[in-house]
Amino acid sequence: MQTAPLYFVDSSPLVALIGNPNCGKTAIFNLLTGSRQKVANYSGVTVERKEGKIAQTDGASIRLLDLPGVYSLYPRSMDERVTHDVLKGIAAGEKKPDIAVCVVDATNLRRTLRLALAVQRLGVPCVLALNMFDLVQKRGIEIDTQALSKALNMPVISTIGIEPQGVQQLKAFLLKEFNQDTFASFIQDSQASWHAQKDTALQDTDKIQAILSQMGLDDVNPDPINERIDRWVLHPLWGSLILGLVLFLVFQSVFVLANAPMQAIKDLATWTGESIGSHIEIELLRSLLVDGLIAGVGGVLVFLPQILILFFFILILEESGYLPRAAYLLDRIMGSVGLSGRSFIPLLSSFACAIPGIMAARTISNTRDRWVTILIAPLMTCSARLPVYTLLLSTFIPEESMALGLSLRGLVLFALYALGILGAMVVAWMLKTFTQAGLVARPLMMELPNYHWPTPHNVAMGLWQRAKIFLNRVGGVILVLTMGLWFLATFPLPPAGFEGAPIEVSFAGYMGHALAPIFEPIGFNWQISVALIPGMAAREVVVGALGTVYSIASNSANAGHELGAVLTQTWSLPTALSLLVWFVFAPQCLSTIATVKRETGNWKLPLIMVCYLFLLAYAASWITYHVSLSLGL
Amino acid sequence: MTSDLIMQSLDLLKVKHTARVVRVNSSGEDSQTARQLEEIGFIPGEKVEVLNKAFFGGDPLVVRVGLSTFALRKAEARLIEIGSEH
Repeated sequence: MQTAPLYFVDSSPLVALIGNPNCGKTAIFNLLTGSRQKVANYSGVTVERKEGKIAQTDGASIRLLDLPGVYSLYPRSMDERVTHDVLKGIAAGEKKPDIAVCVVDATNLRRTLRLALAVQRLGVPCVLALNMFDLVQKRGIEIDTQALSKALNMPVISTIGIEPQGVQQLKAFLLKEFNQDTFASFIQDSQASWHAQKDTALQDTDKIQAILSQMGLDDVNPDPINERIDRWVLHPLWGSLILGLVLFLVFQSVFVLANAPMQAIKDLATWTGESIGSHIEIELLRSLLVDGLIAGVGGVLVFLPQILILFFFILILEESGYLPRAAYLLDRIMGSVGLSGRSFIPLLSSFACAIPGIMAARTISNTRDRWVTILIAPLMTCSARLPVYTLLLSTFIPEESMALGLSLRGLVLFALYALGILGAMVVAWMLKTFTQAGLVARPLMMELPNYHWPTPHNVAMGLWQRAKIFLNRVGGVILVLTMGLWFLATFPLPPAGFEGAPIEVSFAGYMGHALAPIFEPIGFNWQISVALIPGMAAREVVVGALGTVYSIASNSANAGHELGAVLTQTWSLPTALSLLVWFVFAPQCLSTIATVKRETGNWKLPLIMVCYLFLLAYAASWITYHVSLSLGL
Repeated sequence: MTSDLIMQSLDLLKVKHTARVVRVNSSGEDSQTARQLEEIGFIPGEKVEVLNKAFFGGDPLVVRVGLSTFALRKAEARLIEIGSEH
């Protein structure tokens, strides 16, 4: 017997926003709905579904759906299929929209009007929003909206997606449409014309051409400013230098600006733990709350500042139109390992944390490229690795200054970043060379939109959404995982009078001891093997876990210092180097694996990822250990 | 008007040079790509200009078609047949 899924469809009026990528659709959506937005996925696919509400005067509201940006309704990519299905009224769990607002770039009607005609042909009542109308006026182009409305047989409204008042007219129109039935004439007309003439894409082109010539919009020239900027930004040499400088400044700011808030979150977690801990008599409950819950959640929350600051810059670069240009400059390098420039943005995000990076891979329309990008995203050095790197570098690498003001520690840190990127490129290259799909050349076809100033409103909305997604994860999967690992590291409890560290006799301790023979060839002692298990929650937890294994009270003020002293006595330099290299490659993060599962829908890709990363980490650590041993380090 | 008959593909057009699209070659395995190219604006008669090319072989390249600017790889540009502007 088959069971059909039951969907509860909201009966309030539904307006769908549709448009080309880069037409300013999302800015209009933000202005219309304010902060009342729900971000989720469409049923069964990982295409982001954004819905908002516009309040009507009578207390009811209009639902507004921000459809993915597409160039046509021909269903090819996931985005296009969703857009097509929703507009046709055949998408699972979605109601057919009552009105489609077709947002077009008014400075580029020739291309953008075709989508409007295609939507109209699907029989959905269509309103044309002429966006970026300010730019049209500024450039002295005159568009007769009434004539255009008549020629297209749909209402036409001019909007400016970057100004707070820019969408008032559209909002007023939508509110009026659902109160009165003035729209009816247009709807019937458009239905009639649809049945009468089955236009094809080429006929649409002719029709638009005719409309534009009739309105005197035939020979509009492109904005010269863009070209002047692009002469430098896209230049193979100067453009690459500018890109390098931009990336350097972004990373520099991420690390400098994030320091204070990260310390504050750390202090807050410690303070909360201590003040709650001192009120709880029962040892086990205290451990659960303080060591499990607060330390675990705090340990992940601490990355929020870095993630937000990096996304702040990414959003600004994206809004201004620079990111696709950076992707163009990097396409050659990415192409040499079988990827395209589109993978640049997800990989850049992964330097803060692989989780938002893997989620950003949704924007890659080609499935194979998306999977490869997801597979290599964890190789970008995320901020969770830094506490581990810092501990080991400051313990084992001497503070030596070198020529040009470089320090040895800084150089080793740079080498670790470079090793991750190199590893990612090698993996991508192997997937290109040794898989069937890798050999097929894929198109780039990426639009380089006109430059414009980012609006604070859109950047703030974007940041708020990322923060919400990240916090939801911390509250969900990450919380469960941390609690599970706390359980493994705590139970069974040590027998009375046990002298060593309690973790030694716990499940995690047994697992660590069992794994020790496997890790011995790469120079890890059993203490490291044990610490790696709670470290699966988040990489930086390893630092605390090492402290626990070596029985250093984590609340002592100079725990890091003390731990360093113990490590120099018990570890050799090859062991430390081997562990550093291990952290470059090993999938020491359950949250990442859980995210990959969620994004790809099954366990195949996460399993492949875990296996290859462990093998890679093991091989690289083995080589590091044995080479440094033979060098007599 | 015989200049229209001297056809070449877009990937061979030099930087800063303009031409008009004659057609997008949709035969062969690349019919999907060809269709996509038409959707983003490479339609017969449209004016195209190569704005930029990468070092060493010009792959990828930046092309303006109508009022939009797109980054294309050489393989896609090769599908677009162009004729001289008149």
